[in-house]
Amino acid sequence: MTDVLSPAPPTRASEPVLSMSGVSKRFGAVQALTDVDFAVHEGEVVALVGDNGAGKSTLVKVIAGVHQSDAGTIRFDGRQVSVSSPTEAQKLGIATVFQDLALCDNLDVVANLSLGQENVRGVFLDEVEMERQAWKLLRQLSAKIPSVRIPIAGLSGGQRQTVAIARSLIGDPKVIMLDEPTAALGVAQTAEVLNLVERLRENGHGVILISHNMADVQAVADRIVVLRLGRNAAEFKVADVTTEQLVAAITGASDNVVTQRRDRTAGSSTTSLDKGAPA
Amino acid sequence: MSTTQQPPGGLEVAEVEEAGPAVPANLADERLLQEKGFAGALTVFRRRIQGGDLGVLPVLIGIVAIAIVFYSQNPTFLSSRTLVNITLFAAPIGIIALGVVLVLLLGEIDLSVGSVSGLAASIMAVLSVYQGWPVWAALLIGMATGAAIGCVYGVLFAIVGVPSFVITLAGLLGFVGLQLVVLGPNGTINLPDSWFVEFVRFSFLSPLQSYLLVLLVVAVYAGGSAYGIQRRKAAQLSAPSMTGVIVRSVLLAIALGYLAYYLNIDRGIGYLPLLFVLLVVIMDLVLRKRRWGRHVFAVGGNVEAARRSGINVTAIRISVFALTGFFAALGGLLAAAQLTSVSQMSGAGDTNLTAIAAAVIGGTSLFGGRGSAYSALLGILVLQMIQSGLNLLLVDSSVRFIVTGAVLLLAVSIDSVARRARSSSGRG
Repeated sequence: MTDVLSPAPPTRASEPVLSMSGVSKRFGAVQALTDVDFAVHEGEVVALVGDNGAGKSTLVKVIAGVHQSDAGTIRFDGRQVSVSSPTEAQKLGIATVFQDLALCDNLDVVANLSLGQENVRGVFLDEVEMERQAWKLLRQLSAKIPSVRIPIAGLSGGQRQTVAIARSLIGDPKVIMLDEPTAALGVAQTAEVLNLVERLRENGHGVILISHNMADVQAVADRIVVLRLGRNAAEFKVADVTTEQLVAAITGASDNVVTQRRDRTAGSSTTSLDKGAPA
Repeated sequence: MSTTQQPPGGLEVAEVEEAGPAVPANLADERLLQEKGFAGALTVFRRRIQGGDLGVLPVLIGIVAIAIVFYSQNPTFLSSRTLVNITLFAAPIGIIALGVVLVLLLGEIDLSVGSVSGLAASIMAVLSVYQGWPVWAALLIGMATGAAIGCVYGVLFAIVGVPSFVITLAGLLGFVGLQLVVLGPNGTINLPDSWFVEFVRFSFLSPLQSYLLVLLVVAVYAGGSAYGIQRRKAAQLSAPSMTGVIVRSVLLAIALGYLAYYLNIDRGIGYLPLLFVLLVVIMDLVLRKRRWGRHVFAVGGNVEAARRSGINVTAIRISVFALTGFFAALGGLLAAAQLTSVSQMSGAGDTNLTAIAAAVIGGTSLFGGRGSAYSALLGILVLQMIQSGLNLLLVDSSVRFIVTGAVLLLAVSIDSVARRARSSSGRG
């Protein structure tokens, strides 16, 4: 474990820390991504939303180095890069917290946070140093974990997510991707995780948040990128978008239950944000 | 009975940290219940038991119960002579069980430890008796055979991807056959006297040596604990009380001292059981306090998480299977020396299942990621006590198999109930 979280002030003016343009990915006969553009700045939370099969996961996996894109360029930190493997992505400074969290239930929080990078003192592991670093890490996130000496199996869903996010911060990544971090969490736990996302932004990380939950997205994101059928469908600043517009962009139809209802109540019509193929 | 302390809330933690070590970092959360003093220690213990974190308690209760039952039937069961015999006969299969613990920690199984032990013993006997090799060279080849077989298992499992159950089942059959080939038409080879047989059968610590050893163990334990406490304090983490360490050290000294005294009435502490306990302690330290051991637990707990953490899962798996094979071979060699002969029956019969049962009875989970090296020691003690007790009562070996089966079932049932309690109380 190395020191993490150098609290750089969020600078938005310059180039994005991660940008992708014209990214395409094909699996056999399925065109999963077509000409997708995407960017995230330091100290910015970008939400990536879209229906099932919209290409969110594929895009995430391309960024994380799990898949390689067929076409398009990826720029990271000002230079063009090729992310050929997950290790490569980590080395660049792209950390991913996948939905399965990848924690060892049988090991305690300290062991999970230090896994693969254990401190050794003489012949034995340096438990004291690892515990100290674990507390430091969790305190920087203002994370609420009652004890770092209980196995992960004894933690709540939100606490597990917290540990997974804290773990992703080891090695001081510039970009952190969170895949559905609030799925299957309760109200309080969701709030806990969203606080954590705020904290990551304050610390100057670029955060990519993949979520199905519009309320969560609107609560913490700065920008929302909508994918549909593997293409950029829309992009919003969170301040000037309504849930209805988002749903419309995601489903690709101006005519859906949400808009119908609003039409009934307000009697107004919506503008189609459709840019891709008709659904 | 319990004192619940109210440490400062989250906002104040940062100030506290700058002001000084008022509240250790690991106790700063206000939701954490804290217990103080002896009564507090009891409360914590009770809570752990209720939460299903039984640890070695069921096995210890089992050992006491077995001792009482057999003692009531035949008082010689707890005589020094019987106990020394138990330590001697437990050791070889105990060492095999130690290897089984390792492979169980990965959530895998090695069904062939018995036949590997028999094969290693046969190779050693043929080399040293028929071929006239020096004993040490024959032993080395025997142990290398076990490790090599383990390596092959590891490669087949980790790289080719064959389930360990099938690989080792094939090994179980194959190596029984190979053992027959190695032994040749004669079938039985008697081991002549050598330093190895002497070491296994007739070497015991002198009383003075045994007491010095007890002192050394207690001193290392107390010193290590005190050092740990001091380091935690230096890092501003909460540390267990020094009184607790002193109390435990004194109890340990009394227990080990009395055990040494009692065994010394007869022949004393044998080199063979000493070797076994030493291996258990070393493996325990390696598993808990070395990077390799941590990675074994990680792979046993969640392979994907281990892989993403950069752990070389393949290397861990191969090394574990190799060690299991090595321990199986070592156990087989020691068992051969103990019986002073190697035959077609070496490692056959119940060796295999006794070793696996010992690991499980001792508390190592079959599903990986949970267990300890000490479960080999405790498990084999339980099984050897049952065997010795039934022998004393002149009961047929059929009864022993039935009793062993029942104990195994009981142990796994207790573990299953405890696991339910653990998952409902959040101890995993």
